[in-house]
Amino acid sequence: MSSTPVPPASPSGAYGEGQHANHNLTGFIIFLCSESVIFLAFFSGYALLRLSALDWLPAGVDGLEWRMPLINTVVLVSSSFTMVVAEHFKGKGKIWLFRGFWLLTMAMGAYFLYGQAVEWSGLTFGFTSGTFGGTFYLLTGFHGLHVLTGILLMGLMLVKSFVPGNYAGGEEGVIATSLFWHFVDVIWIILFVLLYVWRA
Amino acid sequence: MTSTALSPEPPASWRRYFGFSTDAKVIGIQYIVVAFFFFLVGGLLAMIMRGELITPEADLVDRTVYNGLYTMHGTIMLFLFIFPVLNGLNNLLIPTMIGAPDMAFPRLNTAAFWLVPVFGILLIASFFVPSGPATSGWWSYPPVSLQNPLGHLINGEFLWVLAVALSGVSSIMGAVNFVTTILRMRAPGMGFFRMPVFCWTALAAQTLQLIGLPALTGGAVMLLLDLSVGTSFYRPEGGGDPVLYQHFFWFYSHPAVYVIILPVFGIFSELFPVYSRKPLFGYVYVCLASFIIVGLGLIVWVHHMFPSGVTQWMRNLFMVTTMLIAVPTGVKVFAWLGTMWNGKIRLTTPMLFCMGGLFNFVFAGITGIMLATVPIDIHVSNTYFVVGHFHYVIYGAAVMGVFAAIYHWFPKFTGRMPYEGLGKLHFLLTFVGANLNFLPMHPLGLMGMPRRVSSYDPEFAFWNVLASLGAFLLGVSIIPFLLNMISSWARGPRATHNPWNAIGLEWLLPSPPAEDNFGEHVPTVISRPYGYGTGEPLVEHQAEIERALTLQEANR
Repeated sequence: MSSTPVPPASPSGAYGEGQHANHNLTGFIIFLCSESVIFLAFFSGYALLRLSALDWLPAGVDGLEWRMPLINTVVLVSSSFTMVVAEHFKGKGKIWLFRGFWLLTMAMGAYFLYGQAVEWSGLTFGFTSGTFGGTFYLLTGFHGLHVLTGILLMGLMLVKSFVPGNYAGGEEGVIATSLFWHFVDVIWIILFVLLYVWRA
Repeated sequence: MTSTALSPEPPASWRRYFGFSTDAKVIGIQYIVVAFFFFLVGGLLAMIMRGELITPEADLVDRTVYNGLYTMHGTIMLFLFIFPVLNGLNNLLIPTMIGAPDMAFPRLNTAAFWLVPVFGILLIASFFVPSGPATSGWWSYPPVSLQNPLGHLINGEFLWVLAVALSGVSSIMGAVNFVTTILRMRAPGMGFFRMPVFCWTALAAQTLQLIGLPALTGGAVMLLLDLSVGTSFYRPEGGGDPVLYQHFFWFYSHPAVYVIILPVFGIFSELFPVYSRKPLFGYVYVCLASFIIVGLGLIVWVHHMFPSGVTQWMRNLFMVTTMLIAVPTGVKVFAWLGTMWNGKIRLTTPMLFCMGGLFNFVFAGITGIMLATVPIDIHVSNTYFVVGHFHYVIYGAAVMGVFAAIYHWFPKFTGRMPYEGLGKLHFLLTFVGANLNFLPMHPLGLMGMPRRVSSYDPEFAFWNVLASLGAFLLGVSIIPFLLNMISSWARGPRATHNPWNAIGLEWLLPSPPAEDNFGEHVPTVISRPYGYGTGEPLVEHQAEIERALTLQEANR
């Protein structure tokens, strides 16, 4: 060991600095796996309550209107594709095309939230209308919070794209945001099936 | 190895323990000290309960107060003592054992720690709200937990759910950090099968946290909505199902037992080889058994609900999976016995705590198998038999393992030796106290004494008096421990880098280690851990590193 000249020990954090971004992505993926369990808990709770219910729909409610949510679903699922396109352009170094498609993805996410708000305002049942109302608002509301978080994360990444040299060495934040967005998307597809497609 | 490789002295100011430090070793000690503060609070509540139970009549405290006492005792001991104290050990040991300078996310680590006093204060504050603290037991089953007779929005139950949710957030932050650190920051040459067993068990335990905790958090959110907003997820009158909450609760809270006991298995696996001077018997199997416990531990939760109206096929299935857990656990127990077999056993304080903990654990395992059996479980459910069983696990095994770890690694992180005499007195009082306290609970349970009652039939008096004496003895046992910790940290003999003659990366660091541990000079690991009696070096240039450390100690 004495044969290798050792530089004086630098202050903390010098070790593995180059890999630090990698740690961030690892940590984020672990977090996403954990986050998926909370949705799994809500899904199984919903299924259990629905299967054991005598009258699933409260009196005076005919069920859910599916046309508008279907449009919403198409928009949200397509936004995953526009996001892939954005990342493709980032990889090619075409930063303005990346920003354009990234912004389009954000806009589609915002449209989804708008559509969700319109749907909520037209409903005849509330949060306390039995387990039907409770699970509906809990599931869509909790998912909506994730959509909002995704849009905010994308906004942050968009702002960061204007910091010079930020994307030179590969930006882990963009990968993390896109993983999160695909995750939110997949959760919605399951939700759509559970809430709108599943008929009694 | 030049002397620059070993950073001289760490920043010595005691003030860093009171601030937002990002150093895992400071955070680790912060966790442990805060945890022991809450240990005293939770212990005091237990003393009051045992004081109440020393006579058959409800004479010391009001029945409602008694309900609050056991609820808060359980909640504090789990969420504010045992989880934080284990996270403290994780913080101290994981980076030093794998040769990392710090955790993967130091600031996340700080935030996770500082949430502990926040939800601790929130929970303690519930004693002072108009309707008093939560009174529905540490599991908070609806519909009992949904009763809010005074109608206050801020009530004990509300604060309880909030505190548990915050505890979950803190634990998830910790778990993401520990798992990332273990996966990505190991020293060169340290493959998974050269990793100390403590890191294996920590990885297993934190994996369980990541899988289980979100379910409890989801269930708790629904409980809070039922309590405060008026939804009816768990209210039968609105179509809800109270048993659904039990599923959410136990899907996490049974694995939580493994989150507690797995790191203690890790401690046993570290310490038995050191004090028996033999390699750990069946190292690979001990490592793998941890993950078999993770897998099985996730599919046993319904055994807590055998009397809750679950179908017969579920009872049968979960009885079998629960009994299967005994296999990987038995592998570990035999590995420890095999390690001690024909070893040169040194009965130091940490070794005594390990052996006592192992003894209690085997006893708890036997009653565990009894409880897994559906007919026995239905007979003794909600009696003192269950209380006795899990106190043997948590106090008899886990807390004793934690004490063993504290005595063993105290010199490494404080630079001072703990006193052996006080330590052995502490062990004796703890071992006798724990058995005197918890053993009588088994006959009480078989006789039919229900848990969570402040008055009982006079025929139960004899065993209750014994249990109460044991509880007070446990209360006394903490005095030599605190005396030992405070006085030996203040002026105990200076510790060398390896006072126990142990093998491991952490023992190749000065005591106490520098802030960034090995800094840039992380040794390359060349063999499996626990090479006791083989003469094999653990790392490259081990002799030079040890010579430099000894030289440094001679010069101070």
